[in-house]
Amino acid sequence: MDWLADNWRTVLDLSLSHLYLAGVPLVVGLVLSLPLGWAAKRWRGSYPAVVTTTGLLYTIPSLALFVIMPLVLGTKILDPVNVVVAMTIYTVALLARTVADGLLSVPDHVEQAATAMGYRGLRRLFGVELPLAVPVIAAGLRVAAVSNVSIVSIASVVGVSQLGNLLVDGYRRIIWGELLTGIVATMVLALLLDLVIQTLARTLTPWRRAAGARS
Amino acid sequence: MIRFDGVTKQYPDGTVAVDDLSLTAPTGKITVLVGPSGCGKTTSLRMVNRMIEPTRGSISLDGQDTGRMPQAELRRGIGYVIQHAGLFPHRTVLDNIGTVPRLLGWDRKRTAERSRELLERVGLELHLGDRYPAQLSGGQQQRVGVARALAADPPVMLMDEPFSAVDPIVRDQLQDEFLRLQDELGKTIVFVTHDIDEAIKLGDQVAVLRVGGTLAQVAEPSYLLAHPADDFVADFVGRDRGYRALQFQATPRLPLRSERTVVLGERPEGSAAWLLVVDDDRHPLGWVEPARIGGRAVEDSDLHRGGTVARAGGTLRGALDAALSSPSRRGVVVDDSGSLVGTVLAHEVLSAIEDTDRPERDEDDPVHGGAVAVAADEA
Repeated sequence: MDWLADNWRTVLDLSLSHLYLAGVPLVVGLVLSLPLGWAAKRWRGSYPAVVTTTGLLYTIPSLALFVIMPLVLGTKILDPVNVVVAMTIYTVALLARTVADGLLSVPDHVEQAATAMGYRGLRRLFGVELPLAVPVIAAGLRVAAVSNVSIVSIASVVGVSQLGNLLVDGYRRIIWGELLTGIVATMVLALLLDLVIQTLARTLTPWRRAAGARS
Repeated sequence: MIRFDGVTKQYPDGTVAVDDLSLTAPTGKITVLVGPSGCGKTTSLRMVNRMIEPTRGSISLDGQDTGRMPQAELRRGIGYVIQHAGLFPHRTVLDNIGTVPRLLGWDRKRTAERSRELLERVGLELHLGDRYPAQLSGGQQQRVGVARALAADPPVMLMDEPFSAVDPIVRDQLQDEFLRLQDELGKTIVFVTHDIDEAIKLGDQVAVLRVGGTLAQVAEPSYLLAHPADDFVADFVGRDRGYRALQFQATPRLPLRSERTVVLGERPEGSAAWLLVVDDDRHPLGWVEPARIGGRAVEDSDLHRGGTVARAGGTLRGALDAALSSPSRRGVVVDDSGSLVGTVLAHEVLSAIEDTDRPERDEDDPVHGGAVAVAADEA
């Protein structure tokens, strides 16, 4: 507690960086996953290819990805953009499949009705399919959020600051207060993001609560 | 008028779903496509709005080849009702109804007004408009489905087993209301069902399809029951078709008997074995056995309610059923307001049936023209 009282400003700064490094990729990754998931549904033959390829991205060790990024992007080694791009890749790895599955979860009779009524293209996607895919996509997004918050910690090793710093430094110098703060702050951040996503999903799906309260 | 002209649908694997179908669905009438699973009835329906494209042949709407019309525009001009209603779960009832008007570019105000109007038209209360589909019963959802199909006032409606997912009582009710609605609107409707009873009840003409997608017979329901073209049709319309055909025959003047009645809450008089109980407006409530209640006033729990009630001027089927289902064997007949007119016995209905002719083929009727040879007669 003493350690936290003396360093709370640093902890706050690191938390905000952590949130940025984990959160921005979450949003960008979701946006990139939409066309991928849509294509996997539109051309059913491409589903295995899309899901397997994106899924494989997740198996790249994070440290390796952080180190390769400057070579691929031509950025400086300490540039946070490296981490943002790497985290975006992980997010897409998790969400492309989720978006595809979400869009595929739209009931067949609803799809038929949409077709029969003359729904096409983007209007169909944003008016009918995506709103109904929200519950599935939100579930995937929660997993991706927690995964991002956890993986980002490794970025301390390549010199990009966030809450992982507390873990590395606390471990090296055996400062229990710092270690504990790092762990708890990471958890709190993950829970916070999870809560935001849940709230957002609930707001977007008033019809699901209505279904539960059927009279 | 919807016209199928030698329409065939063959899938890449060689399966023929619909085989050389030629059929006309006349303007303002209900044409029912009926047949067992695999007879291509739903495929035929979906080729009308091009959810499925025919392999050969053409379908025209009022003389215009649908194959040349832009798909989305074609579909927005055709109302479509499917099984389980197919409502959008994430939209309120009113927004569901307003789907096609919005797609057609109506403004919010006009769409909302139209949606509310239709909600009432299909017999739903206005306060249901803000609910989500999951908050409605199956029957209510089906009504919303019909309202949604009617929203942009399309001249043509396609209905794919719209009432098959609800329980029999609700189905019956929905069918009656659908007929009432059609009386007002006069849409050109193609209706698909696997239920021959539904086909006969709703169709102005019924097209029976057989597995493999060929047309077995197309005719008016009464004619279909009386003169099935072949064994398949005869088998499909069912064993009790003779009885069911009675529903198309208006009751001739039946010798009605006056019936002694007792008003609910009063003591029965006389020595009859069965006495008809009515309310203050002479609406029949049920039968009592005076001997069993021992001279006290008739209570609600004494009533035998088994009998159906026939309407004077209704069908022979209704009259016969009233007689057969009545505990006293006397069938109750009421007028249009539901008040008792008299009773009729089964053998009296039967002799009335013997005096009526079976429906015969009308040579000038275009409904029976062309497509199918009709068997001359049957034993």
